[in-house]
Amino acid sequence: MSVSAVRRESAARSMLDFYATTIRTQIQTQFQYRVSLYMYTVGMVAEPVIYLVVWTTIARSQGGMVDGLTPGALAAYYIVWTLVRTMNIVFTPFGWEWRIREGELSGQLLRPLHPIHYDLASFAGQKVPWIVLYLPIGAALSLVFHPTLHPHALQVAVFLVAIWGAYVIRSLNQFSLGMVTFWTTRVGAIFQVWFLAELLLSGRLLPLPLMPHWSQTLANWLPFKYTFYFPIEALVGNMSTASLLGGLGMQLLWIGVGTAVMTGMWRLAVRRYSAVGN
Amino acid sequence: MRPLRLVLLYVRLGVMNEAQYRANFFIAAFQSLLSVGVGLAVLALVYSHTPTLNGWTESELLVIVGVQILLGGVIHATIQPNMERLVDEVRDGKLDFALTKPEDSQLLISIRELRLWQAVDIVSGAIVVGVGIARLHSTIGVGHSLGFLLLLLLGALLLYCFWLIMATGSFWVVNMWFLAELFEGVFQTGRWPIGIYPGWLRYSMTYLVPIGFAVTVPAQALTNRLHWTTVVVAICFGAALTAFTRWFWRFGLRRYSGASA
Repeated sequence: MSVSAVRRESAARSMLDFYATTIRTQIQTQFQYRVSLYMYTVGMVAEPVIYLVVWTTIARSQGGMVDGLTPGALAAYYIVWTLVRTMNIVFTPFGWEWRIREGELSGQLLRPLHPIHYDLASFAGQKVPWIVLYLPIGAALSLVFHPTLHPHALQVAVFLVAIWGAYVIRSLNQFSLGMVTFWTTRVGAIFQVWFLAELLLSGRLLPLPLMPHWSQTLANWLPFKYTFYFPIEALVGNMSTASLLGGLGMQLLWIGVGTAVMTGMWRLAVRRYSAVGN
Repeated sequence: MRPLRLVLLYVRLGVMNEAQYRANFFIAAFQSLLSVGVGLAVLALVYSHTPTLNGWTESELLVIVGVQILLGGVIHATIQPNMERLVDEVRDGKLDFALTKPEDSQLLISIRELRLWQAVDIVSGAIVVGVGIARLHSTIGVGHSLGFLLLLLLGALLLYCFWLIMATGSFWVVNMWFLAELFEGVFQTGRWPIGIYPGWLRYSMTYLVPIGFAVTVPAQALTNRLHWTTVVVAICFGAALTAFTRWFWRFGLRRYSGASA
């Protein structure tokens, strides 16, 4: 092997090592705060339960179906939604203000890795306790709302890949969004516009087929759909094999776009950074 | 009148403090506009699929959404910042500063913070309520209007009690970072008439987390759904919860051991 090949291999190995260690530490850290975590989850579960109850009420009043969705299908959508939402929790762009103000970023800049790796690894680790805690909640919700869920093997497989795709896409986008903090301190309003667009165009608020047609078309051109609607629908819907794999392809595309935007934004942003204090 | 003077003093301090950051008003106003926009978009989506939701028309539901936004403004401007400060101070042992003052501790910890600009939501919520009523084409008598205001105040009181009970938990559980998220999530249930929720959830939302009483009941007063028994139950419940909150606060306080422990 040439010297550069050896160097590449050891770089890959130390990266892997970094991810494994960070994930392990995060799992152990998070399991210490079980009560807090459960309380947080209860607050989070309120959102899908509200949507589910509202749309079930509508479906019942329409004679058992709204746009072809039965209460059972809606229940399946929103119960899987909760799991996907858990996967979608990433470092919030609001956190950048704290990182910059507290000088937290100075420490990160000294590390040999791009800071996105730290966020990706630590939030990936936190998923494990969250999913473990979600399982009883998911079971309880299933007992109450009777979802109709009959996925076949390929759907399960695509779902398991797609939730991680969603996680990476959302991590990249929120990271880029957080970069705005380097230019202005009044970021709240900007972030809120973004979250609003996400709420309406991702399938978070309601399954996309229930939206007006023009907004469904718009959603096809944006990344949001691939972080909520696509992973959920992969498991609960009846998508063809082609559209299942096509969806994964689109996720890959958005990961590519997200990486490019994130890298560019980071380069521009970090030039504007000057450490505070100390 | 001493408590009232104390409240006014802290309000004046809070206003002076917030007046330093006047630009924040525009941010708050913009964010309020956005959240009203989302509320309206969601309503439009829901009512594009159905003419009524559990017997509530779009205009009637607009009243509920307005009440929820309005109460949200009250909470974010006054109740929540105080309770978050309380939780932080219990953890850091700084509550000593409040406890050593020769005033009632519960009063003091409830009035120290004011986020004036968040109160924009009170105005925008009131406008939404107004639009909802105007679209109903029915006149609302003086009695119902007064009932509405009374129930709204009672709703704010219930939510204050609920927040204080949760925050008092910090005397036992040190890490309470989830409180705001928990409340925010549960408070969103108030956007919809309480009748759409399944029985077990409806009861816990009325008595355990008093969102039903806080939001739906005042809105009932404006949409001619209010029965006098509901008012009586609400008042009794409010009195009982206030008394319990007072007792629980004192009970929790006994566990507080100060900064040096």
